[in-house]
Amino acid sequence: MRIKCPYCGERSLDEFAYHGDATVTRPDINAPDAMDQFTAYVYERSNPAGSHRELWYHSAGCHAWLVVTRDTTNHKISAVETAREVALKRTSDTQGDA
Amino acid sequence: MRQQRYSIFSVLREALRGHTGWGPAWRDAEPKSSYDIVIIGGGGHGLATAYYLAKIFGQARIAVLEKGWIGGGNVGRNTTIVRSNYLLPGNIPFYEKAMKLWEGLEQDINYNAMVSQRSVLNLYHSDAQRDAFARRGNAMRMHGVDAELLDQREVREMLPFLNYDNARFPIHGGLLQRRGGTVRHDAVAWGYARAADQRGVDIIQNCEVTGFKIEGGRVVGVETSRGFIGANKIGLSVAGSSSRVAALAGLKLPIESHVLQAFVTEAIKPFIDCVVTFGAGHFYMSQSDKGGLVFGGDLDGYNSYAQRGNMPVIEDVCEGGMALVPRIGRVRLLRHWGGIMDMSMDGSPIIDRTPIEGLYLNAGWCYGGFKATPAAGLCFAHLIATDDAHPVAKHYRMDRFATGRTIDEKGMGPHPNLH
Repeated sequence: MRIKCPYCGERSLDEFAYHGDATVTRPDINAPDAMDQFTAYVYERSNPAGSHRELWYHSAGCHAWLVVTRDTTNHKISAVETAREVALKRTSDTQGDA
Repeated sequence: MRQQRYSIFSVLREALRGHTGWGPAWRDAEPKSSYDIVIIGGGGHGLATAYYLAKIFGQARIAVLEKGWIGGGNVGRNTTIVRSNYLLPGNIPFYEKAMKLWEGLEQDINYNAMVSQRSVLNLYHSDAQRDAFARRGNAMRMHGVDAELLDQREVREMLPFLNYDNARFPIHGGLLQRRGGTVRHDAVAWGYARAADQRGVDIIQNCEVTGFKIEGGRVVGVETSRGFIGANKIGLSVAGSSSRVAALAGLKLPIESHVLQAFVTEAIKPFIDCVVTFGAGHFYMSQSDKGGLVFGGDLDGYNSYAQRGNMPVIEDVCEGGMALVPRIGRVRLLRHWGGIMDMSMDGSPIIDRTPIEGLYLNAGWCYGGFKATPAAGLCFAHLIATDDAHPVAKHYRMDRFATGRTIDEKGMGPHPNLH
């Protein structure tokens, strides 16, 4: 398994550190059910067998945070985006909804 | 089917008859339309659960549903180590219960599981690590578990060929549990399957669960690849795939699936007579009765259901091996493989009820499921039969994450790949 960093190109797995599911988002601390939401945010994972969006940190490279879309049944990577792009897109989507 | 009792006499009789009289060890049962209790997952835990349900709790009409075949899952993919050298109060009594059950298992189920208490030695490489191991050893002894802190001289007597004077990681000593050791993993599955079958449990292979039937918040049966099977109570015991199967019932678990690799070398003469672990990296090794060195190390560290890993971890494990035992450098690797672990958010398992009435969960075993097999079976059977947690498993609650009562042996926090 090799990851194609948008800045550095295709690099070996051992340059990267894994940080889990990229789809969980920090809940609103003022929500009435904030306790339940935070428990789910910190602990509960969908853990799919198939396509999984996940955070990788290029720790022995450019130090970029990446969102990698990878199939957990065969390790094939279908997309690599920077976490910044994903976060900006998420913000603009949310603002669009509002 | 005639039920045989295995003994020296049956072996001698069959030797004289050219081994023509052995029957199958268990029936290949056809599914009935309904059961009192259905256990999903015919691994070591599921089979042990069915066995103890039948034996201790007198339950009848039990089925074990297995997607593949008995012995083909994680019970046959581990490194066969058993030990009870834990630190935290939530864990020690449970794993010691497992160790006590291992000690009497072969007589109990009339099956040679090759239980070998050859001892487990955890090496320490610094003063701080010695203090941590002394603390662990004291915690074990306060719970009545055997533990001995060895200095370097005593370790040298046991294993003279280790690299004691490594400049970065000199070996100062080790924490020894003499009652730890290894057990033949497939034999555990086969032995429990046979013993459960003899008590009337239906073991149904090639039967994959594809859905749950839930009525009014209560489970009433499972849809399977071999048709609908009704059940009053259902136990989920499918570590590695717990999230997938629980999702069929609408549950989301505090678990990620990760791949752990294991390795076997070509067979060599008797070389190492215990299980030894390297405390400065992550490497553990023993020698199988066939002569192969069996070893492993860290998780690959990312979500995976692929049952195979990647090269960086293979390199890391082999570096750990070379740092500890330089003379294994010329032994050739025979094979390596990956198994899928239910990595829970605190590194400890879950044996508990679920929000769905009649559905019970045994999951989150991380890389420690094999050593737990007898106790996990006993405690899960206790929970299913009585609706109450077994005293040694009472801390393995599903709500411990919400209430902050996590059991985190390594102190890593909610990062499954670091436990």
